[in-house]
Amino acid sequence: MDASVDRIARPWGSRTPYGRHEPWPTRVDTFLEEGVDQRAVQRWVQAASILHSDGDAMDIAVMDGRMVGVRGRALDRVNHGRLGPKDLFGWQANASADRLTRPLVRRDGRLVECDWDTAMERITGRSRELLDERGPGSIGFYTTGQLYLEEYYTLAVLARAGIGTNHLDGNTRLCTSTAAEALKESFGCDGQPGSYDDIDHADVIALFGHNIAETQPVQWMRILDRLEGADPPRLVCVDPRPTQVARRAAVHLAPRVGTNVALLNALLHEIIRTDRVDHHYIEAHTVGFDELASRVKDCTPDWAAGICDVPAARIGEAAEILGTADRLLSTVLQGVYQSHQATAAAVQINNLHLIRGMLGRPGAGILQMNGQPTAQNTRECGANGDLPGFRNWQNDSHVADLAKVWNVEPETIPHYAPPTHAMQMFRYAEQGSIRMLWISGTNPAVSLPELSRIRSILSQERLFVVVQDLFLTETAQLADVVLPAATWGEKTGTFTNADRTVHLSDKAVDPPGEARPDLDIFLDYAARMDFRDKDGGPLITWRDPQSAFEAWKRCSAGRPCDYTGLTYDRLRGGTGIQWPCNAEAPDGTGRLYTDGIDRAHPDVCESYGKDLVTGATQEVVEYRSLNPDGKAMIKAAGYLPPHEAPDDEYPFQLTTGRTLYHFHTRTKTGRAPQLNAAAPDVWVEAAGSDAAGLGLKEGDLVEVTTPRGAVRGRLRVTDIRPGLLFVPFHYGYWDTKAGHAPDGDTPARAANETTVTDWDPVSKQPLFKTAAAALRRVEHADGNTAPAPTTTASAPNRTDAVPATTGGPSALAAQSADAGRDHRKEGTA
Amino acid sequence: MNGVDLVLRALHHGEQHLAKELTTVAERHRTDHEVHHVATDLAHWSREHAQRLADTGQDRGPHLGNPPTDHSPGLLSAMREKAAQALGHRPEPALLLLRDLRDLHLAAAQNSLYWEMLAQAAQATRDDDLLALVSACHPQTLRQMRWTNTMIKNLSPQVLSSL
Repeated sequence: MDASVDRIARPWGSRTPYGRHEPWPTRVDTFLEEGVDQRAVQRWVQAASILHSDGDAMDIAVMDGRMVGVRGRALDRVNHGRLGPKDLFGWQANASADRLTRPLVRRDGRLVECDWDTAMERITGRSRELLDERGPGSIGFYTTGQLYLEEYYTLAVLARAGIGTNHLDGNTRLCTSTAAEALKESFGCDGQPGSYDDIDHADVIALFGHNIAETQPVQWMRILDRLEGADPPRLVCVDPRPTQVARRAAVHLAPRVGTNVALLNALLHEIIRTDRVDHHYIEAHTVGFDELASRVKDCTPDWAAGICDVPAARIGEAAEILGTADRLLSTVLQGVYQSHQATAAAVQINNLHLIRGMLGRPGAGILQMNGQPTAQNTRECGANGDLPGFRNWQNDSHVADLAKVWNVEPETIPHYAPPTHAMQMFRYAEQGSIRMLWISGTNPAVSLPELSRIRSILSQERLFVVVQDLFLTETAQLADVVLPAATWGEKTGTFTNADRTVHLSDKAVDPPGEARPDLDIFLDYAARMDFRDKDGGPLITWRDPQSAFEAWKRCSAGRPCDYTGLTYDRLRGGTGIQWPCNAEAPDGTGRLYTDGIDRAHPDVCESYGKDLVTGATQEVVEYRSLNPDGKAMIKAAGYLPPHEAPDDEYPFQLTTGRTLYHFHTRTKTGRAPQLNAAAPDVWVEAAGSDAAGLGLKEGDLVEVTTPRGAVRGRLRVTDIRPGLLFVPFHYGYWDTKAGHAPDGDTPARAANETTVTDWDPVSKQPLFKTAAAALRRVEHADGNTAPAPTTTASAPNRTDAVPATTGGPSALAAQSADAGRDHRKEGTA
Repeated sequence: MNGVDLVLRALHHGEQHLAKELTTVAERHRTDHEVHHVATDLAHWSREHAQRLADTGQDRGPHLGNPPTDHSPGLLSAMREKAAQALGHRPEPALLLLRDLRDLHLAAAQNSLYWEMLAQAAQATRDDDLLALVSACHPQTLRQMRWTNTMIKNLSPQVLSSL
């Protein structure tokens, strides 16, 4: 193994091959600031990554009160010491000179600095006015997928029981709500059935719309290591782009965007036709198989081939591999979740596992992945459209139980309708019934669809906007009050990754200036608002992260996401631990549903389910009659054509997505020099045949137009499926002259200028993958090339077309097979 | 013409009416995006029902008339969409939306009752073809009703308490 690797040029580092059913070997990745010797590091402070949903465990190197680097934690179950490029380089953004250090309030149209008292009084004053004049429904909270569990929980209590509003959601709505909904539809309850360890044991790994190489690079390293070891798994890849996963797959299906349900129904058709189903498992643990069998009866590969534009023979091959797998691991992400019929498609993947009996054993698992790192916590804590602890808003005894935990009357907690989802909150703000929107740690002015609409909503005079963030983001520039927040490495708390692993992340350094942890801000607000319980005591009784965690444990007790066996002390020094962790499972729980389905009983389930086409909620009576014993539910869904189809004016389909070197709206990764240099600006990908047809060449400046707007970028010609364009999402404007929007010299560069306002009616997740678009040249390349990486799905179709992406000396990171740890300096803040 | 034919005729009219209403509501509430998209999808179901009813009627004798085939948006629908956009920032359309959802619900409920009558008649006369038609279509009508009911349930608290 090389001692040091350019982790921009070689994002996944060196291989440590291993055989099936063997433990994944350790490889410790370290990156320290130039000139810093590992031995000179004064403290290593335990943390985990919040730049993707793996939660890779790492230690932060501290010298003289500042961060100087990071090192993977060798003994952690998630990453076995490895770090991805975003983990290695992203921390540098914390020390950017343009961090917010003081609160800002809008005076005479301009944001000016002020003290905390002034800013908080402005917020509480407006809150009280609105509560008096218009009631709790006039106040909404839109949070992120990057806070800590303690912060989400506090926010959920103050919003739901303090203010009494039904309007609280996270930007995890954009990335993970379909994962949660699909699990609820099939298993009656949220919570990932599988484990990352399933990668070690599977003989087939199917990745559905999941570019794991770029979104979860460390788990891709794990797959790469298995591919080079004994008895490697076969990969099935469903993705319209030539991703690294597609390049290594035994079968790569590149369907027309928006046709996932047709493709999956054909796969299910073949598996049922060839009787590769586990009749015993179906009988013992499921309801609904007969309906599925009849629904997919006519969904032959030939039928799907016409809809998906994939050869029928290829669908047959994929079905053969899926149908004959001994241990099948399926993973799912945005190619399914942000696409047409999102939940219906994700549920068909659950169906695949249910009818094949592929659950609850090592290697037989489903990972309905998360996009945001702490998305799982928004779901558990009730900051993402659910009640805390996976309680069912339609079940009065669940609400009464929650009211008891909070010592409030059940009527205090809004539960007359499902918690309002983010897209509807913005609609209410647009119409004027929401008058205050408190946005914490997210940047909707870049990340939501149809940006001109979002900007017009946030700019309304009547809407009071509070933004709590690290930087003056595009959204913060439109706010009435801006609160400077501390972030990862500057505060303590826990968070939970996509396979239920809870990590503790400790404070390593002080936040800059007067920036405060989000928890402190929420607690300050609750104290100033003087929220009370039903006995007149304070509603929120905790003061710091640890006491907030203890409060959450009481709320989670006896619930599926039971944290009662965890403590800060247990999480320090060792590995992360998977919930449920309680007296019965003191070391945590690797896999759910090892003994059948146990969370779908009508009295227990988190949801009674929804119609997969209309999103209509089912009632308890219906649920009881369909599923009296609480088995897993096999739910069939018919294919519907996407809502926006190409035509003469907009002949292409347009898809958007995250790429390897950037995260969310680049507020952090855009400020990490190595990551920014690797993908500094937006680009547009098109297939060779489409480019040739329009006379376009690599590096041409092109414009992509949809009925909503346009975006400009340089063209990268790749092996993407013909007829499809790809634009990386979340390039914004903070690093341009215009600041928060395209203007004058700043052409539109945010993909979401163009995306459609449409969402899955079941999960309410916006669709970022199914617009129709036109493409034209604005100017010739003149020697320019697209700023797209060559290491990823964006690789050019002609290898001589552009220089390879490299990071040079500043991107060299150490990697070692042994832990190489200095135990004397192991410690915490 | 017997009683079954009378119901077929009424239901055919009802499904055509619902398809048209769903399309109109979709256009009128262009800026209530979920309503717009789902109503458009659900209009397809009613159009399909009307077509199948027409085919059944053809087989049985009474001529129900073909459903309109031209679904391209006309001047009126363009105006409705423009109006929706112009009013997007105002609260009144929310109230109008509740009224429209109520009307859709009632129209679907009426169709559902006709399907019920047809099912009963089909069983009484052992008309398997008719029973198959009802089994295929009625569940979708019920889903249309559940959808409007859910939307009314979800939107009412905010709309009615904020005026």
